Amino acid sequence: MLSALTQLLVFQLAGEVLARGLGLPVPGPVLGMLLLFAALALRGGPGEELQNTGQTLLQHLSLLFVPAGTGIVVHLHRVADEWLALLLSLLVSTAATLAVTALTMKLLHRRSGDAQ
Amino acid sequence: MTPQFAELWVYLAASPLLGLTATLLAYQAAFWLYRCSGGHPLANPVLIAVAILVFFLMSTATPYETYFAGAQFVHFLLGPATVALAIPLYAQIRRVRALLLPVLAGLVAGSLTAVLSAIAVGRLFGASLPTQLSLAPKSVTTPIAMGIAERIGGIPSLTAVLVIVTGILGAVGARYVFDALRVRDPAIRGFAIGIASHGIGTARAFQVDAQSGAFAALAMGLNGALTALLLPFVAEMLGRLG
Repeated sequence: MLSALTQLLVFQLAGEVLARGLGLPVPGPVLGMLLLFAALALRGGPGEELQNTGQTLLQHLSLLFVPAGTGIVVHLHRVADEWLALLLSLLVSTAATLAVTALTMKLLHRRSGDAQ
Repeated sequence: MTPQFAELWVYLAASPLLGLTATLLAYQAAFWLYRCSGGHPLANPVLIAVAILVFFLMSTATPYETYFAGAQFVHFLLGPATVALAIPLYAQIRRVRALLLPVLAGLVAGSLTAVLSAIAVGRLFGASLPTQLSLAPKSVTTPIAMGIAERIGGIPSLTAVLVIVTGILGAVGARYVFDALRVRDPAIRGFAIGIASHGIGTARAFQVDAQSGAFAALAMGLNGALTALLLPFVAEMLGRLG
């Protein structure tokens, strides 16, 4: 548990250092994820400990968004002023993104499936 | 309030213990309701937990900063959790390779749709420019989206909230969109939900199916990177349009 958590933090730190050092617009944790992915590919998979710790952490991923989500109390004024535009934008855009992504993939997957 | 209770409240409100405990309790209650509903998407644990906490903060007149002093310990774990997404992703590496072309095309199409449709609908219904720019990165995971909003002239904390709402909308509604379009492949369902609604969608995808979850994590990472590269140019064009 402890060593796995340390590994995750080290990769996050490496990602953070790389992002700031090179002035990349990508956030540190995402680079950290890519670095860990590369390390796993080199190592041939995570050890049992990292596997279990990662699973525990991701099992309650939803919990980690709660503090930021509660931040809506600070923006109740702007939300009250522009609620219709905000709500419609989020609804339409989320549905459109789901549909466009899924249909694009389905179309191309079927094509590559036919070719085989 | 009795004097003793008021004294106790002053002590508790100044300590991070209260915000942290309240977050965990609200989430446990929300997760219990989610379980009781048989995992119904409308009983999304993030949505219920946030509603409980907002009600708690407003009814006790507790400032968000005071609450966050405790909740930040949970918030901090988002970083290592994002890094840990590499593990389920690695487990799906073969399937990702087999689907490389659909994955890349879905990424570009989905990412552009997310940004442009959010801005367009916001503009159409009279959202101000800072609000439009806060809406633009709404499909990207919170830490990335806040960074982007700051860069392009949006309001980072508003973006954080819009990101969460988008995540909940995707987690709740994706099932209906996919069923209507007859999309059944768990990999495609997962990938699309990761593009549209980042970590909250990913969390939901993991609750449904491990393969969906891994593809959602992949989509979230790729979309975060692409949107971060793309949006500064879109924002510049918007600035010229006024």
